[in-house]
Amino acid sequence: MQRIGVFVCWCGSNIAGTVDVAQVAQSAAAMPGVVYAKDYQYMCSEVGQNMIKQAIAEHGLTRVVVASCSPRMHESTFRKTAAAAGLNPYLVEVANIREHCAWIHKDKAEGTKKAIALTRAAVAKATLNAPLVAGESGVEKRALVIGGGIAGLQTALDIADAGYAVDIVEKSPSIGGKMAQIDKTFPTLDCSACILTPKMVDAATHENITLYTYSEVESVSGFVGNFEVAIRQKARSVDAKKCSGCGLCAEKCPSRKAKSEFDEGLRTRGAIYIPFPQAIPNVPVIDRDECTYFKTGKCGLCSKICPASAVSFEQADEVITQRYGAIVVATGFDMIELDKFGEYQYGQHPDVITSLEFERLTNAAGPTGGKFVRPSDHKKPKKVVFVQCVGSRDTSGRGKPYCSKICCMYTAKHAMLIRDKYPDVEASVFYIDVRTPGKNFDEFQRRAVEEYGVQYIKGMVGKIFPEQDKLMVHGVDALSGETVVIDADLVVLASATKAKDDAEALGRMLSISTDTHDFFTEAHPKLRPVESHTAGIFLAGACQGPKDIPETVSQAGAAAAKAIGLLSKKKLVTNPCVTTVNEALCSGCLACEKICPYGAIAAKTIELTNNGVKETRVVAAVNEALCQGCGGCTVACRAGAIDLKGFTNRQIMAEVDAICF
Amino acid sequence: MLLEEKTSQEQAFEPLIVAFCCNWCSYAGADLAGTSRLQYPANVKIIKVPCSCRVNPNFVLRAFQKGADGVVIAGCHPGDCHYSTGNYFTRRRFTLLMNMLDFIGIEKERFTVDWISAAEGSKFAAVMNGVLEKVHKLGPNRKMRDKRWKR
Ligand code: FES
Repeated sequence: MQRIGVFVCWCGSNIAGTVDVAQVAQSAAAMPGVVYAKDYQYMCSEVGQNMIKQAIAEHGLTRVVVASCSPRMHESTFRKTAAAAGLNPYLVEVANIREHCAWIHKDKAEGTKKAIALTRAAVAKATLNAPLVAGESGVEKRALVIGGGIAGLQTALDIADAGYAVDIVEKSPSIGGKMAQIDKTFPTLDCSACILTPKMVDAATHENITLYTYSEVESVSGFVGNFEVAIRQKARSVDAKKCSGCGLCAEKCPSRKAKSEFDEGLRTRGAIYIPFPQAIPNVPVIDRDECTYFKTGKCGLCSKICPASAVSFEQADEVITQRYGAIVVATGFDMIELDKFGEYQYGQHPDVITSLEFERLTNAAGPTGGKFVRPSDHKKPKKVVFVQCVGSRDTSGRGKPYCSKICCMYTAKHAMLIRDKYPDVEASVFYIDVRTPGKNFDEFQRRAVEEYGVQYIKGMVGKIFPEQDKLMVHGVDALSGETVVIDADLVVLASATKAKDDAEALGRMLSISTDTHDFFTEAHPKLRPVESHTAGIFLAGACQGPKDIPETVSQAGAAAAKAIGLLSKKKLVTNPCVTTVNEALCSGCLACEKICPYGAIAAKTIELTNNGVKETRVVAAVNEALCQGCGGCTVACRAGAIDLKGFTNRQIMAEVDAICF
Repeated sequence: MLLEEKTSQEQAFEPLIVAFCCNWCSYAGADLAGTSRLQYPANVKIIKVPCSCRVNPNFVLRAFQKGADGVVIAGCHPGDCHYSTGNYFTRRRFTLLMNMLDFIGIEKERFTVDWISAAEGSKFAAVMNGVLEKVHKLGPNRKMRDKRWKR
């Protein structure tokens, strides 16, 4: 018979408010096997933990049940407590009477009854718990960072500075990401390129960093400390080792139809191109869909004129397989398409542009050389209208229901910059709310209004009508209730941010979850903001949710710290809740082998003596290092020969029985 | 007398729902329902399993046998299983069980398999409320209940 101790936590008034904790402890004392039951205000506190330790020693407890908050919260805490008192940590069970009980029921009698039932189930399960010993596995001292924008670069630099090897995989031909496209950053108005490009150079020249640009992650297997990742390096059609980066090919390429991704389509580029002058690596790439040589077999001009003979039409994709201890996902974000927002004329009229296009338009290195002109007739606009929340906070289904977070600030920045350079240009902003939390953010927005005279109009724009060379912006001033019509020359739409289109696919590959909007989900919204639910995979930047640059950089630093913490470990403790095969019952049908997603089960031949006769038999064998403990195989086993430690058939049945008591 | 007993029993019908939730999505979803203070009746009792594919059809039958009036299995959305393919097995296995329950006369409405992510606290509460509503309409599960077992 077990000697079980039950510890009921009040969690202040969180549990005690709707559950009669004393009664739970009293009922628990009468449950089979329970020799000690106690309630206390905060079980997770030092006093509470000492209480558990003391009880283990004094009452010779062999099992511990804590009725408290979710095991996702404090199971590990109480396991450590038990271990400190000399009890195997896996002999502890947690009954979740806070999230699953106290917080969802108002009726105290009901709540108490349920808490007792949940405690009974935990006691029943604990009775059958077996001491488990965690195994150990090594850690590959190399990290993978997916994404080469500011989030990825910062993470990689931090990890590399700590002395670990880091590989950056970037999908596009150059690192730099969205930040490279931006002209100035809020709230300091310092030049984006001036603070980003040195970081790009640092990353490229760091002895611990390897860059894989124009590359994608193709497959991921393994587990924390031992991921195996295949990276597809797409063919650039240019030999990076030979190329000197002179740019002659890009200059002379006769094909000029492709739109420059970097300039948001405001400029065209050749089929062979360097994305932007500060690109790293400074090696051109051939866009095979645009290149005349690849389409018709003719041309080949770039190859003829290249002084280094670096152009190689035969180059093929290369797949590199590498092992990593930790992975950081920093794939960033995108802006939504505006085709569902016909009222704004985006795509219909050239002078309706997005904010990112505006960044390029005002950038000294942009398509207009920094000259502020509108796309249609290259004249300087006199009235500019900014529309915020285009697709953000939109519950109609056309856009995104969330706040994109950065638009209020960059719109204020854009309006301020115009008014600063061209005081004769009028700037108006249509907004729903101005949201400027952040250090010096509100001051910044107020300066736009007070010092730079930007006109803020609370209300949405209903429709935009082109009239001769003007854009008539019809809106409502929600404060006065009056209709406003502005004859604008240029309209800038702050379109909503969204997760990358391939985020879900990548999440699936990494087995990390995404939320309803395809942003990656953190392990805990408050306490584990840069970890994913999969051990060893961390999140940085806007791939986890809309974020500005300072936030992205701090999250990148945090993700790096987590990765470094992992890489610096000599050994990792593996999950002992893996499956085992009862060879006496196993018939060797290997139905389990087929369904195991990790290939952790294989056939094994055993020798045995049957009535004095030696014979051999095939049975299933589990590789504990590979098994992740999902338990799928246990159900497939006809003989019930395979069982999952920590969640055995008998344990779960006992829980069912206890709940139906 | 007998009739009276029956009505009083029916008035006091307090259904019991056993919910098996996978650790990575639905259990976390249930936690989120709690943290968001969403309300669903206390009749739902949750058992944590690592993955929805850990749930053996025997567990479901056992619950019905021991007097549960409804059983729920909740896992990650298809494609989102922490163990990549677990819930596909869940889906197939329990389509079969559903048919079998129907065959042995247990109303299909008593048994629910649903996908609830860690972010869907409100869906968790909604699913549980929905199940209870259905079970309330059906009344107590008497078909498979082990008579010796008194709740
Ligand atoms: S882990 Fe949730 S269904 Fe597999």
